[in-house]
Amino acid sequence: MTWIFENWDRFWEVTEVHLRLSVVPVLIGFLLSIPLGWLASRSATARAILFPLANILFTIPSIALIVITPVLIGVKILDEINVIVPLTIYTIALMVRSVADALSAVPGHVTAAANAMGFRPLRRFLTVDFPLALPVTIAGLRVATVSNISMVSVGALVGLGGYGQLFTEGYQTDNPAKVFAGLIGTVVLAVLADGLLLVLGRVLTPWARAGR
Amino acid sequence: MIEFRAVTKRFEDGTIAVDELDLTVEAGTITVFVGPSGCGKTTSLRMVNRMIDPTSGTILVDGKDVLSVDPPTLRRGIGYVIQQAGLFPHRTVLDNVATVPLLSGWDRRKARARAAELLEIVGLDPAFGKRYPAQLSGGQQQRVGVARALAADPPVLLMDEPFSAVDPVVREGLQDELLRLQAELDKTIVFVTHDIDEALKLGERVAVFQTGGHLAQYAKPAELLSAPANDFVASFVGRDRGYRTLTFLHADVPVHPVTTAKLGQRVTVTDWTLVVDDQDRPRGWLSGVDGEIEVSERDLIAGGSLYDGSTLRGALDAALSSPSALGVMVDDNGAVVGVVKADDVIKALAKARAAGEVPK
Amino acid sequence: MGGWLFDPAHWSGPTGIPVRLLEHLGYTLMTLLIAAVIAIPLGAFVGHTGKGGFVVVGLSNALRALPTTAVLILVVLWAGLGDFPVYVALVLLAIPPIMAGAYAGIRAVDPVTVDAARGVGMRESGVLLKVEIPNALPLIYGGFRGAALQVVATATIAAYTGAGGLGRLVFDGLALQEFGQMLAGAVLVALLAVLVDLGFAGLQRLTVSPGLRPVGTGGKT
Repeated sequence: MTWIFENWDRFWEVTEVHLRLSVVPVLIGFLLSIPLGWLASRSATARAILFPLANILFTIPSIALIVITPVLIGVKILDEINVIVPLTIYTIALMVRSVADALSAVPGHVTAAANAMGFRPLRRFLTVDFPLALPVTIAGLRVATVSNISMVSVGALVGLGGYGQLFTEGYQTDNPAKVFAGLIGTVVLAVLADGLLLVLGRVLTPWARAGR
Repeated sequence: MIEFRAVTKRFEDGTIAVDELDLTVEAGTITVFVGPSGCGKTTSLRMVNRMIDPTSGTILVDGKDVLSVDPPTLRRGIGYVIQQAGLFPHRTVLDNVATVPLLSGWDRRKARARAAELLEIVGLDPAFGKRYPAQLSGGQQQRVGVARALAADPPVLLMDEPFSAVDPVVREGLQDELLRLQAELDKTIVFVTHDIDEALKLGERVAVFQTGGHLAQYAKPAELLSAPANDFVASFVGRDRGYRTLTFLHADVPVHPVTTAKLGQRVTVTDWTLVVDDQDRPRGWLSGVDGEIEVSERDLIAGGSLYDGSTLRGALDAALSSPSALGVMVDDNGAVVGVVKADDVIKALAKARAAGEVPK
Repeated sequence: MGGWLFDPAHWSGPTGIPVRLLEHLGYTLMTLLIAAVIAIPLGAFVGHTGKGGFVVVGLSNALRALPTTAVLILVVLWAGLGDFPVYVALVLLAIPPIMAGAYAGIRAVDPVTVDAARGVGMRESGVLLKVEIPNALPLIYGGFRGAALQVVATATIAAYTGAGGLGRLVFDGLALQEFGQMLAGAVLVALLAVLVDLGFAGLQRLTVSPGLRPVGTGGKT
């Protein structure tokens, strides 16, 4: 712990990078998984393609995806995009299923009532289906966020930034305090992000806790 | 015999589920606990096999304090049937039924043979034994639940709303089946329900529970209807209780002859005519046709309920539901015996009352 | 690009692909065994008693946030190189999903079924072993297979501290700037993950009662 306070500037610097590398993929992945999840909840064909694809993407080790990405999209190995693209893919792989499950779980009588009252499809999705799907969706988002925050560190194995740099440097200089500092940073960040999403979920879906 | 002596159950949150219950369930009878939700009927039942222990008081099964027996051993000697059957989804029907014999240390072959025998007793094809519960209908699952409870041949059977999750037609069949089984097996059965009709149909004695865990009345069904102990019982047994009382009266009603005609026969219809098939079973009524006609299915007016000669309620309902106001009485084969009239039923009721046969 | 993978020279010898595959599989199976022995009884017991659920959930979430790389490096710095640090890091990774699956599986057993089990006179051990666990198996397998996928993928990192497994192809390829070798490593890991999952799906089919399959289907995998 003392390492953190003695090297506060450095610690803050890697924290910023770590945060950027984990939050950006979550945001992009989440936004992309909404239409994909919606598609999967509506069409069996889409489901039959998207779900197995998501499973396969998930089995590719993050370190492998991080080293392959630059070759596939033609950027340098030390570009941050090499972490952002793989983590976005993982986020989508996780979230497509969450969003699809959440939308499928919206009670049929509610959507039928909304149709009967004259909602058009897009408006119904935005004001009825999606809000009702939020609790399950946010539960998925929490898992994706926490696992992203933990996975960013892998990027350091190929020289990218974030807390992972503290791991590799600590390893090379035989300095456990530095590794431990990075570990604490990762866990604290994950717990904070998880708590934030939990609170956000409760604020956004007050009805979910009513009547308990 | 099951005795409740000053039994009280107070839950941790302070609510009193059962309040000073004193009640004796006679051996070899079906006793029904009935009441609205939260009246303590299920809690009372579950205290018999120690699924719940009382806060104070004593429960004796055949003279033995249940608290003196360790719960698993006690439960293996008491059959237990619950709502939705509670079958083990991961075991075949046969293994479900064999559960208690196996727990009691029977060898597997003997337990399975006994289980197969029980499936037949509850009216299921033994071929069902290989299936899993999820492959059965609700009514079939419930029969398996009864078979499982009977497997070790326990003298006492506890049934907690066993038929409330099945549809009304199947429920009626299961009720009839239970009465038939009981006539053969002669168990001491405690049956919990919230359905007063079910209670009146099945119970030799009925205990009406009132919210707050009070026993409001413990009596025979006919007495419950004719002499409710208080306003709660009166309103719980319902508005039609005068009519329902007729269920428990078996007085004779005069049977009148009726004009009948067979399908395909040429007749001149002057008055209400009952059309019957080749075995004299009623098909429907004819009325208001001009001249001679050949009787065909499409001229028929649908009939009402049939009276089988058992209770006054059946006789009155047959008369009231018939388009001709004549209640068709049939014999055991379903062949027409004659017709009964509503005012005859009322007269029979008056006679029974004068003779003191209607409980006050 | 696939040249490296299909070069026969890379398929033999003490550092050949078959050896790496077996090492990787060895890490995976041993890790899952250790993690299951710890996590299933814990999750099942807490699920059965219904007490301490927040501990299980909290512990799972905290462990999930733990970066495997850091754990691996810390244990290496403390205990030296070898397989031991690999197992510590991977077991900690596998415990949360397995424990959560066991806990959720037991909690999800229909209370009516559990009530019936007590009602027919089973003792608490019987209720847990004969009724709750067999009925919880589909969810227990769910957690376990999730853990298996993660362990297969993450065991790649073991090679960073010099241990074996398919990660060697990735890190050696990285050091030598041999893209073909890196890609071969990635593809083989993904392939192994699919095979391991298929294996456990088969095991699940053999050990889960047919009565727990959805009605009218040949069973879910």
